[in-house]
Amino acid sequence: MRMLTCFLPPSSGTATVAGFDVLDQSLEVRKHIGYLPESPPIYPEMETAEYLRFVGRLKGLRGAELEKRVEYVSGRCAVADVKKKLLGKLSKGYRQRVGLAQAIIHNPDVLVLDEPTAGLDPKQINETRDLIKDLAGEHTIILSTHILPEVEQTCEQVIIINKGRVVATDSVANLQSRARNAETMLLEVAPRGGTLEPAQVQQELERVGGVSRVLVKEQRNGSVVFETESRKGELVRGDLARAVIQGGWDLNELRPAAMSLEEIFLQLTGSDPAAPAETEPPAEAAPAEGETAAAEEPQA
Amino acid sequence: MRNTWIVCQKELKSYFASPVAYLLLTMFALIFGFFFWNALGYFVVEGAEMQMSGQNFPMDINEQIIRPLLSNVSVLGLFFIPMITMRLFAEEKRTGTIELLATSPVRDFEIILGKWLAAVGLYACMLLFTAINFAFLFRYGNPDWKPLAIGYLGLLLQAGALLAVGTFISTLTRNQIIAGAATFGVCLLLWVFAWVSGYDSSTWATVLSYLSVVTHFGSFGKGVIESKDAVYYLTLIFLGLFFTARSLESMRWRS
Repeated sequence: MRMLTCFLPPSSGTATVAGFDVLDQSLEVRKHIGYLPESPPIYPEMETAEYLRFVGRLKGLRGAELEKRVEYVSGRCAVADVKKKLLGKLSKGYRQRVGLAQAIIHNPDVLVLDEPTAGLDPKQINETRDLIKDLAGEHTIILSTHILPEVEQTCEQVIIINKGRVVATDSVANLQSRARNAETMLLEVAPRGGTLEPAQVQQELERVGGVSRVLVKEQRNGSVVFETESRKGELVRGDLARAVIQGGWDLNELRPAAMSLEEIFLQLTGSDPAAPAETEPPAEAAPAEGETAAAEEPQA
Repeated sequence: MRNTWIVCQKELKSYFASPVAYLLLTMFALIFGFFFWNALGYFVVEGAEMQMSGQNFPMDINEQIIRPLLSNVSVLGLFFIPMITMRLFAEEKRTGTIELLATSPVRDFEIILGKWLAAVGLYACMLLFTAINFAFLFRYGNPDWKPLAIGYLGLLLQAGALLAVGTFISTLTRNQIIAGAATFGVCLLLWVFAWVSGYDSSTWATVLSYLSVVTHFGSFGKGVIESKDAVYYLTLIFLGLFFTARSLESMRWRS
């Protein structure tokens, strides 16, 4: 990412941003890119508006246009109320938003965000994510993060990089289906008076066309959760539901079990492909060099 | 050029937004004031003694007050320069704002030039304050203003050279204290090199004393612009800024 922003030159290969080469046309690239490093690059002794004006001028804005953009981005990133405050005195969330405002001040085509939600509290994380999603309509956003749910929430296109190599480039949905060819359903079945014989239900479910495997996943006071596996594309939900009802039981819940991005990540980076679905590793468990970059294409 | 000015403005603002500028200005003015008072005291006492002894040597304000004063200031500057330059790049590297500058559509040399000009600007402000003292000389005496102006030009050139060296050293570390201490060391060395010529006249001693920043101030102090001295300062400025640019570039390749 630092290569895309022209901070570091590539050691091999090339990259083009908005049609310009990062090495040969570095200045042009920099005009078309907005960058928010991991910690927002703010000068603590500057006021918010003064800082935005400085960055704007650095990016080539001037005069009335500069003032207009400063107005616009401080409204957009919700920092208008701290315009006269020293940046050093702002909270982490505000600093992050000032950092975002700084990145979009020259209305760049491409926005590069390095772990934009790191170190924020949950409320600030949500605000920042909403803002990023909001900006997606105007800019192509490339964001890197180790927090995988963030990718599921905000990104359209995912690039998984492990030890400097791209191991997967796809949309979240495609990655999920690609990672596993089968579709998994979770059913919670409850007895209709009396008790439930799991083996009986299992038998009944196995008889449904298209279902290849049925497992008893867990038993919770009276009801039982089953996991069924079927080939992708087979429409088994209706048949499964019917089988339960006709067997004389209640169907409390029926939902597809989506594979979380974390499992896909682990599978692709080869950390532990056989890891069972229940053990959801914390985000920090990702390999240190592994990095998930995700890009969001503008709709417009 | 516009980018240079933007960076320069920002640097000047941050000098004056923090106590740094005011502290430096005050200390410099204070110490200079003391030097001035001292020089004036000697001058007065010498004048009185001369009258009492009946001798009649010509008394010259330029030679007896301004010249020693300016060469004092040229040494005084050595102590203040590290404090001006130490933050220039070290601070940006520590807080990560260097990434903002390095990814903006601004060339490296524009950033460097802007920062260096801001440092020179601050030093010029410090010199400007000392001019108040000289105003008294003009009020009560009639010194020649031309050597004084040339002296100031020399001071500015000398400071520019050392500030360029300091700017370079500031790019080498992210720790301001280290940058400051190293710059101070280099400034002192560039001063004491001049002493060698006092007892040694071999070739290497000549070279060493030529390298000293203070030897080159002599002519300016006298009110003479000698091209070899001006060239020395300009070369040092160029080299300092050139190495700063190389250092910034290597930072990109290394990290």
